[in-house]
Amino acid sequence: MTDIVTTADRHAAAPALAADKPLAIAVLAMGGQGGGVLADWIVAVAEENGWVAQSTSVPGVAQRTGATIYYIEAIPAREGREPVLSLMPTPGDVDVVIAAELMEAGRSVLRGLVTPDRTTLIASTHRSFAVIEKEKPGDGIGNPTVVTDATDFAARRTIAFDMETLAVKNGSVVSAALFGAVAAAGVLPFSKEAFEATIRAGGKGVEPSLRAFNAAYERTRQKPKDTLTATPPKRLDALPETAGHAQLDALVQRIRQEFPAEAWPLLYAGVRKLTDFQDPAYADEYLDRVATLHALDREHDGAARGHAFTVQAAKYTAVAMAYDDVIRVADLKVRASRFERVRREVGAKADQIVYTTEYMHPRMEEICGTLPKGWGEWIENRPTLFARLDRLVNRGRRVRTGTLFWFAGLYGVSALRRIRRKTLRHAREAAHREAWLALAADTIAANYDLAVEVLNCRRLIKGYSDTHARGHSKFDRVLSALPALTAREDGAAWLRRLRQAALLDEEGVALDGALKTVATL
Amino acid sequence: MAERSFAREVEDLKLGAGEVFRGEGILAITKALLQSGVGYVGGYQGSPISHLMDVLADAKDVMEELGVHFETSASEATAAAMLAASVMYPVRGAVTWKSTAGTNVASDALSNLASGGVTGGALVIIGEDYGEGSSIMQERSHAFAMKSQMWLLNPRPNLPSIVQAVEDGFELSEVSNTPVMLQVGIRSCHMHGQFVAKDNRRPQYTLRQALENPSRDVNRIVLPPASFLHEKEKIEQRWPAAVAFVRNRKLNEHFGPQTGDVGIIVLGGLYNSLLRTLQQLGLADVYGNSAIPLYVLNVAYPLVDDEVAEFCVGKKAVLMVEEGAPEYIEQSLHTILRRRDIRTHLSGKDVLPIGGEYTAPVLMQGLSAFFEAQAPHLLGNRPPVPDPSPVLADKRIKALAEVVPPRPAGFCTGCPERPIFAAMKLVEKELGPHHISADIGCHLFSILPPFNLGATTMGYGLGPASASAFNVEADKRSIAVMGDGGFWHNGLTSGVSNAVFNKQDGVILVVDNYYSAATGGQDIMSSRARNPRRKTNNSIVNAVKGIGATWVRQIDRTYDVARLRDTLREALTTKEPGPKIIVASSECMLNKQRRVKPQFAKAVKDGRRMVRERFGVDEDVCTGDHACIRLSGCPSLSVKHTDDPLKDDPVAAIDNTCVGCGNCGEVSEAAVLCPSFYRADIIHNPTRIDRFLAAVRGKVIGWLQARREAHRIVFAE
Repeated sequence: MTDIVTTADRHAAAPALAADKPLAIAVLAMGGQGGGVLADWIVAVAEENGWVAQSTSVPGVAQRTGATIYYIEAIPAREGREPVLSLMPTPGDVDVVIAAELMEAGRSVLRGLVTPDRTTLIASTHRSFAVIEKEKPGDGIGNPTVVTDATDFAARRTIAFDMETLAVKNGSVVSAALFGAVAAAGVLPFSKEAFEATIRAGGKGVEPSLRAFNAAYERTRQKPKDTLTATPPKRLDALPETAGHAQLDALVQRIRQEFPAEAWPLLYAGVRKLTDFQDPAYADEYLDRVATLHALDREHDGAARGHAFTVQAAKYTAVAMAYDDVIRVADLKVRASRFERVRREVGAKADQIVYTTEYMHPRMEEICGTLPKGWGEWIENRPTLFARLDRLVNRGRRVRTGTLFWFAGLYGVSALRRIRRKTLRHAREAAHREAWLALAADTIAANYDLAVEVLNCRRLIKGYSDTHARGHSKFDRVLSALPALTAREDGAAWLRRLRQAALLDEEGVALDGALKTVATL
Repeated sequence: MAERSFAREVEDLKLGAGEVFRGEGILAITKALLQSGVGYVGGYQGSPISHLMDVLADAKDVMEELGVHFETSASEATAAAMLAASVMYPVRGAVTWKSTAGTNVASDALSNLASGGVTGGALVIIGEDYGEGSSIMQERSHAFAMKSQMWLLNPRPNLPSIVQAVEDGFELSEVSNTPVMLQVGIRSCHMHGQFVAKDNRRPQYTLRQALENPSRDVNRIVLPPASFLHEKEKIEQRWPAAVAFVRNRKLNEHFGPQTGDVGIIVLGGLYNSLLRTLQQLGLADVYGNSAIPLYVLNVAYPLVDDEVAEFCVGKKAVLMVEEGAPEYIEQSLHTILRRRDIRTHLSGKDVLPIGGEYTAPVLMQGLSAFFEAQAPHLLGNRPPVPDPSPVLADKRIKALAEVVPPRPAGFCTGCPERPIFAAMKLVEKELGPHHISADIGCHLFSILPPFNLGATTMGYGLGPASASAFNVEADKRSIAVMGDGGFWHNGLTSGVSNAVFNKQDGVILVVDNYYSAATGGQDIMSSRARNPRRKTNNSIVNAVKGIGATWVRQIDRTYDVARLRDTLREALTTKEPGPKIIVASSECMLNKQRRVKPQFAKAVKDGRRMVRERFGVDEDVCTGDHACIRLSGCPSLSVKHTDDPLKDDPVAAIDNTCVGCGNCGEVSEAAVLCPSFYRADIIHNPTRIDRFLAAVRGKVIGWLQARREAHRIVFAE
């Protein structure tokens, strides 16, 4: 790094120019991730080891949860010579990029900071979702493999694993883990002890920082890279030999005997869900319902298509039958397993006491839905009475589930499970479900793939109260296009597009646009 | 108290002659002020000089020891007017603010100051917010220097140069009786570097001496005929004095060979970027050796005509490197060359872009074009320059652009302003959209997803003023938002008093979070903290009532979404005339956590019963519609995929950074969202009564739970 080259041939009066180059390090982080601390550590370890280092940052408003960049240049000190260091990274001229989150790693590549000729990329692969990913009514999460494909291509060398989880496990934050990965990567020619000494000299939270540092250091040496998957892993259990109860075994037996193997995992998930939602008899009813759909599937050569119709029917009939009602909510809230899960999630220690408060807002609609069908309809048909009762019940309730009064209340509501099948809500759900399944069944003869997509539209119905109503409306609007699509070979693709559009925004603006397009077909 | 403490760093301000100072740019500037014998310092916080104000506040002991007066000015105008102390008395004063925003506010006082001139050195340290990291309009402070005739220093971005510029600036101000602006960029403010310190100096003449020996000179007051005299003085005395000082003291620097075919003139602040570009072209090295003659303008204004002429004469072409538009210096250079009939070709914005930040790639393009045209032989065998474009052209990287989300700044976890805009969203659903005048401050994040509220911003504290035209008969009213910072900065007069006086019918929502929060949590008039050096706890409600507002509502817990919604609805529909003013108050969560967390931890450690609240989501209950997120955007409220094969969409999830502000619950209650949120109260160090109650409850509840489990036929987990 210290060779002197002359450019005398080019400039008669020119000075001798040194070929030394500073090491360029860019840190991409979000507010609260400790990017500033990491930059300070890097500067400190460089200075302590006889280098000149300069760091700059653009904090301020960017620190309020936004993405920001810290930039460091470091060069071995030379007697009597002052380096002129840059205040911002030059794309294509960065040696080390440290990204404190997966999408920030992606951003560094987009900014041209990561190039195959020289850049070592050190990234934590965990995700911190941006608002535009979180706010979508569907799944707006960016595909992580697009990022890893890009970083694998753009970086000379990549060190990438979930440093956030590793740091938290060690009681620290991601910056300490990143520092460990930097040390292990050997991009700064200093000993591990020098890095540790820097953390110690910082004086704050030294022990947890060192633990995270060391864990990341070891991890980097052993397994520097994790492979990510595009789709989230789903739990698809194999059918058990025995479920420990005759009624459950009978359900499993039915699945095995009456359905093709492709549908087993989802059917099994379905019967699990529905026995939990109601009882084994309800799950048996579910299998009856799917069986008739399966018969239809067979008739229309479903075997050639991997029984897609049966598989999706297995999934969404279960979803439709396990609708979200008051009884279900109460049932889930009072379970012992839920009490334990809350303790775990909030990280309560054994000697601490935890109480939960539920935020509930029952309206007369929900009350009527939970009443026997006749009663509920009787009230609904009397708008004045309905409105008067609504004024009584319609308000936010803070339910303290851990106290006896409120627990008893919720426990009582959850016990209504026994009369669930007689309730107004159940009747409405069943009617809606049957209409939808009939629509799918009616479509299969003309257009098999489209029929499968009709089943998939059930995904649009979710939520409670207004959200639930909006879901229904989107479901209806998407399926309103069905008559125009039945005869089209690409009908299924269009219906899929409509469904995807419906999940893009709350008001259905994208859906309206897509529907207009379909109308012009 | 500000969010960042410099208590440890200010110790470095005591370093003496010969010792090496290591630290951030803003600390170096403070040290330079003390080394210069400054008598008083003022300013208004704002990026990038917020931390300079925080350092000064934390350095009170050092300053008091030296007899330096420091105050947090009410606005930049106040700070600029403060420099009036240097008009008649030989006291050195410095003020600081964010430019050009703050310079706009200050310019009335600056014009008067520059007209009458100063006796003591008057230095204005401006953090020019330009390019990446800037949060304001892209303008140049240079125009202010020219129009008011103040000198503008723009030193090379390294600590020794910046420190030297502070010291030179005071002297320059005194020899030319002119206020001097010192411009630093956001990166140099936060740059870590080092310089050799000098001893701190007590002010040679103090404010106390001035107060006790008042003097006046009517010729220093801006009123005819003195104002005409000032103009003459400016041109005939102050300008030549400044030029002579800059030239004699060699404030501008030369690098590289004495002669050459071509040369480059560069503003000091851009020197490092230029040098890096030359290095990449093989024309300079990292130690500042250049094969091209460089003339570095550490003084951006005034130019030293003779120096410019000397540099240009004998060269075929010269390139001027200055950021931003208009190209004031390039224009001046043309005038200088033309007047002296120097035939050197001058390049500038013909090869460099007119606007935008001059990053290394931008400079690379401009310099390459300049050398190609004027001196191609200098490019030699053209070593490869850093070029990421082949990488960026790859389809894998193009696919990436579709996936990487923008990540603008937003409301912090638990921010008390979030529920205000959630309530506004709910009112919008009932009454339709309204015209919303936004303002400067954290609350401006309302314009971003998920809230998407707010139509214009016209400047700090000018939210209500910018709705003043909408004072006409209509079926809807305008809503103007303003923060407590903007309120005290000027909003009380420019917004509220204007609305009261003109019987403005709109709604004014004052977001009161107890601090000037966006700039780093500095105390202001209505801060609730007890600040021994300031008078805080001055009520916003009393202030607006004091100037005649009648419909005023105070909401002391912004997390009460339903109440905020109802109050907003009332304000938008009431028949009462005049401005409808809502003051929504809750403490900035960032500052609150900083304050409360250590107290909580200590109480727990001391064995006291403490309850920590945080929120969670029952993922079985959540259906993955994310309506809650569209009314929140809280960083701790996120989503996660579940392994349930029957669930397609990710469910809501709250991570461990939740501070239990209550917004999630209140919003889902007010908007009738869903029952999946829960608040967990975690009792630390439970009392015997707690334990007894928990045991009894646990017994009964456990028995009921076990009873149900026993009757349930379900598959094992």
